[in-house]
Formats: sequence, structure tokens, C-alpha cells
Amino acid sequence: MHPVELLRFNTCGSVDDGKSTLIGRLLYDSKNLMEDQIEALERSADITGGGQINLANLTDGLRAEREQGITIDVAYRYFATPRRKFIVADTPGHVQYTRNMVTGASTANVSVVLVDARLGVIEQTRRHTYIAALLGTPHLIIAVNKMDLVDWSEERFRQIRDDIEAFLPKLGVLKDVRFIPISALQGDNVVEKSTKTPWYEGPTLLGHLETMHIASDWDLTAFRLPVQWVNRPNNPTDPHLHDFRGLSGQIARGLVKVGDRVMVLPAGIKATVKQIWTYDGTVEEAFAPQSVTVCLAEDIDVSRGDMIVGLDGLPGMTTDLRAHVCWMNQRPLTKGKKYYLKHTTQTVQAMVTSLDHRINIQTFDAEPEPAELAMNGIGEIHLRTSKPLIFDGYSANRLTGSFILIEQGSNQTVAAGMLFPPDEPVKPEYQDFAI
Amino acid sequence: MSSYHLDHLGYLETEAIHIMREVAAEFERPALLFSGGKDSICLLRLAEKAFRPSDIPMPFLNVDTGHHFPELNTFRDHRARELGGKLIVRKVEDAIASGVAVPNPGEVSRNRLQIPTLLAAIEEFQFDCAIGGARRDEEKARAKERFFSFRDGFGQWDPKNQRPEIWNIYNARVNPGENMRVFPLSNWTEMDVWEYIKQERLEVPTIYFSHKRQCVRRGGQWLPVTDILPPKEKEEVREMVVRVRTIGDIISTGLVESPANTVDDIIAEIAAARVTERGSRADDKSSEAAMEDRKKQGYF
Repeated sequence: MHPVELLRFNTCGSVDDGKSTLIGRLLYDSKNLMEDQIEALERSADITGGGQINLANLTDGLRAEREQGITIDVAYRYFATPRRKFIVADTPGHVQYTRNMVTGASTANVSVVLVDARLGVIEQTRRHTYIAALLGTPHLIIAVNKMDLVDWSEERFRQIRDDIEAFLPKLGVLKDVRFIPISALQGDNVVEKSTKTPWYEGPTLLGHLETMHIASDWDLTAFRLPVQWVNRPNNPTDPHLHDFRGLSGQIARGLVKVGDRVMVLPAGIKATVKQIWTYDGTVEEAFAPQSVTVCLAEDIDVSRGDMIVGLDGLPGMTTDLRAHVCWMNQRPLTKGKKYYLKHTTQTVQAMVTSLDHRINIQTFDAEPEPAELAMNGIGEIHLRTSKPLIFDGYSANRLTGSFILIEQGSNQTVAAGMLFPPDEPVKPEYQDFAI
Repeated sequence: MSSYHLDHLGYLETEAIHIMREVAAEFERPALLFSGGKDSICLLRLAEKAFRPSDIPMPFLNVDTGHHFPELNTFRDHRARELGGKLIVRKVEDAIASGVAVPNPGEVSRNRLQIPTLLAAIEEFQFDCAIGGARRDEEKARAKERFFSFRDGFGQWDPKNQRPEIWNIYNARVNPGENMRVFPLSNWTEMDVWEYIKQERLEVPTIYFSHKRQCVRRGGQWLPVTDILPPKEKEEVREMVVRVRTIGDIISTGLVESPANTVDDIIAEIAAARVTERGSRADDKSSEAAMEDRKKQGYF
């Protein structure tokens, strides 16, 4: 077996842009649909669709969704081609479900934004493109769908591309953007190249997903290991394990080697990596996003929520933070209210000290000092936490730059947060003292 | 591909280990649901990877419907012993006897009756979290499931009011009496499971491999002939070379004709398969929303 890469993408668009149809088409044309799934589609077609197979029924899994003909929640689909394995998050297009798009985009390598060729750029297109940029999805595909309904017009396609390219620079961080004219319903340029778009020389959607370069999306500098669980065997029979004290966690950035000098935060103590332990034996080095257990040469008190970091690039460490948040709850964000904040493996209390801006999704302008931030609103805030966070800016690293807010009492997840870069790296007080 | 890059199994593995360690760190009394089936076999290996050289810091829990394949229970007990884990088994029969689970008149299947039995076990041991081996690719309702799936005081799932899950940050907070179901294999497919079994050289129950068995044709499937499933008159009975693809109860698990004798054979068979894994489970076929309804009541 040769190694196969995994690519995660999410699809977003407005209600009738045909996202579910597109995913159905990808699965159908790449021969990833099974007979009983096709049979189930045919069964429901007889009942509700007047005999017409509805590819959208593949992803609309809940009864309420089928009855209303909409997708309520993020649905995950899995398919494979000989080149790659894919995880697809199908995220709904209604305004009120923007939180699901944030969810889907947060783990995606690629966001696929659907645009209805007849309607062109609408509010949803701008919202979805903005969210993809905000969530730092490294790659973006704009799939201009329903090209069959505009007579495969190159002019229409170019116009939509120009409209989107006109606002992309305002979003800043998007590096790799590709436009593809498709018809999800008829299958053109999804898996098979269309004969109706001789003017389009680019790849099909699947062809692009199969070949785009994602290997360098992980940053291998500035090692970060949020300590998740302290591994201390009870009464081990093996005498070698009597003093075993491992620090388990998933590497959030960079790589680490045995013998490396590292720093344990928040204590600010330097230490040496003695051993990298895995179930399959000790290893000389490990890298993001591997899950490992690190043993240090020095006897230092380390617990969950601490972070082991590389000396080549120290993170920020402060209780006063600035962030973008996407609000996800019916009860609006309230200044001065206490929330739990979970960041890497640490949960602290947090208070929103100021609501500085609300982003207008239409214009991408920042409206200063709004009274509140309602469900699906995106804003810029200042926070104060009960303990310092050890963090990077979200644009530098997703896993150490992101957090969630949890409402106390209801335990609902109410916000997704993306931290601004630290003003300065941590300056530990005792950094060169020998222990 | 650079050497600092994970292949798909490496990615799925690190994601699952991360989730298991979050459970160990965030919950007071977690349990791991272990049936002896292929998915939960992978879960146990992932638990070893997450927690060794320490002991796996949670007991294994199994709800025995009384209709299990005997090979499965033998394997379950053997594997739990091998890992030095504590295995808790709660039986649907006992739950029926004590009135915790009440069968409908004429109800033969124990599938529905697993639910009250599981909920009673969770209450008995005050488990605040149960790790299960469910995968999103199994079924449409499961495709909308979270890694950390919140259950209220009645063990119910509310699909319209799930907690959003962003990045790899999991909200594990529950109030007393509530609990969480956690599914580390959410992103795995049937193929991934078998490729992982191959990579890790994991032992699986013999019924996954080709064997001879008396089978009866019923409801478009071949079911194993046993004491609790005798053939009715005029039903076609045949000795066949079969294996199970997914393990449910012995009275509802369709057998597939197959010569697959090794894990490699199985991988080749799945690669060429034209029906999904759950296509052979009668319990899921009853209606399009069968799984959704069972999950809302507390099914895992």
C-alpha cells in the first residue's frame, strides 16, 4: 500500500445553489455510491420526488431536512479516489446557520464556495468567502454552478469571476483561489470534463481536489505541544517505568527532536527533551499534528494546560487578548458577562471587556462599537482571562490561535474565536537560571 | 510528500488519540464501549496508543443482548483480559427481568431493548462519558453526529441543537446527570478500519472471515440458522461459505457469501463492494429515519 493523502474540504453556498447535489454528483460520478444507497435514493424518489432521483437526498440525512428540503446541520461525507481520500463537510447556506459553515471550514484544507451562475455574487457569496478567509482555509475554489442555465456563457463566468476578484483583496489572506464553471445537476466539469466549455482550460473540480498541493500547509517551525494528559503509570511492573513521567499531547505546530532545548510555559523554565515515547516505540523526532508523549530530562512540575514550546519562536502569553469572534448562540454576546474559554488544552474564565467592531458582511467594513453581537455576527473584541493564554496569532497557527467560548450554566458553545498576533513574545523572568 | 507528513491513517489516528486523551482529562468517570466488533477493536488499540505505558484509565462496557454471536463474546472477554482492562457486561435479559427494559408483545429483536439497558448501566456506574466506535460513514443520521455528542438527563440526542465543533477544541462540559457520547472514529470509513487492522496486525473474531454455515433466506438476506432463529416452513435453507461484514445481533445480521480468509482479502472485497456495510443490517432498513429515531432515544 502506498501512502494516501487525506484532503478535507467544505462546500458552502446559498440555499438553492446545489451543494448537496454537487456532493451527490461527486460521489456518484467517482463511483463512490453503493447499490443500496442508490436504491434508497430511488425509494425516496418514488415517494417524494415523482420518480426523479434527487442527489441531494444523499446528504440531507435528517427527516426534518428532507421534509423541508434543506440541510440543517453539517453533514460529513467520505469518498476516495486512487489519488486521495476526501472528507467533505456539507455546510448549510441559510443565514441562520452560519455557525455550521464556521464549523465546517475550521478543519478544511479547502473551501468550495458555490455561486449560482444566474444570480452571480449575492450576500451569501460574500459571507461565505469572508468566512473562508477569516477561518484561514488555505485554498479556495469558487464553483460557478448551473452553467447549463446560462447557456454555458463564458462572458457570464468571467463577469462573476471579476466581481469576486474585485473584493478578494479586501480579505487579504487568501492565497490560492481557483474558479471552475460547472453543472452539478448534469455533471459537467465535476468529475468529467465538459464538452460545453471549450473556453475553459482548467481542471475539473475533482481533478483540482486530487492534485492541489497541501503538504506544506503545516508550519514546521516554532514547536508547540499543549500538554493534554500527564502520563504516570501506577505501580508499573517494569522497573524502568517507576520514574516515568510523560507529557502527552498533540503537537500543534513545528517539530521536536530528542536533545532539543525547549521551554515549559507558563513557568518559563527551560528543559531538554529526553525521550519521545510512542506506543510503537521511542522516536528521534516528531512533528505536527502527531500525538506523542514527551519526557523531559529535568524534574519539572508540568500539568494539563501547560505548553512546551520551541526556543526558535516563542508564543505570546497574556491575560489581555484581542480576537475575532463568530457568535453562535441566540443570546447575543454580552460585554462584562463571564464565559468559560477553552484554548488548546486549557479552560479558563473570560470576560469580554470591549466589543470594538462588528464586521459588515456586505461591505467587509468594521462598524465601530456596536451595542451587541447577535447570532451569526462576526466581531472584533477584547477579552480578559483569569489565567494567561499561551498563544500564537490565528493567522500564524490555527491550533494555538483559536478558542471557543462556553456559556456558564447552559454549557453551550457560544463562540468561535481567532486571536490576533501577540504584541510581543513571552519574556520569562528566570530564563537562564540553572535549576 | 515530505517525511514530515502524515498519510491518511496517521491523520485519523492522531485525531482519535487526541480525542481519547481529552476524554481521560475532562471526565471523571468515562467508559469505553467494547463489543468485540472491528470498530471497537480499533478503539482499544487507539486507547493503548493514547495511554500507554499507563493503564487504560477507563473500564470497558458491553451491553449483551443475549443474541450475540458466541464467537464475539469469547473474543471480547479474551481481548479485555489481554489488555488488563476491567470489563463490565450488562445483559438485556437481566434488564427485562428487572423491568428496566420492556419488550413489546411479540418483539423478538433485542435491538431496541439495548437502549434502556445501556442507560441503566450508565446510571448504575454514574458514567459521565461513554466512548463508542460509531462512524459517520455508516448511515445518514450518523453523518451529522459530533465527536462529542451531548446527551441530556434522559440520554437523548437532539440533532437540531448540537454544540458546534470547531477546530480540535471539544466542549466536554456536562452537568450532573447529563453525559457525553464520544466517537473517536467519526471520520473513519469501513475501509480505513480494515486498513488500520492490517497496519496494526490486530486480531479480529473469526466470524469476519469466510466460514461454512447453515443459512436461511429471510427478508432478502441470508441469516444464520441458530436455536433462536430456526427456519420456518418453506424457507430456503442452505449451507454456504459466508462471513459477516458488520456484526449486529445473530438474528438480524445478514451474512455475505465470501471466500475472504485474510484481512487482505477483506480489503480487496470492500474495495470492490457494491453495497454499503449497513446494507446487511435489517434494523436499519425498517425506515429511512430508523437510525435517527433510535439515536434520539439514547442509542449510541
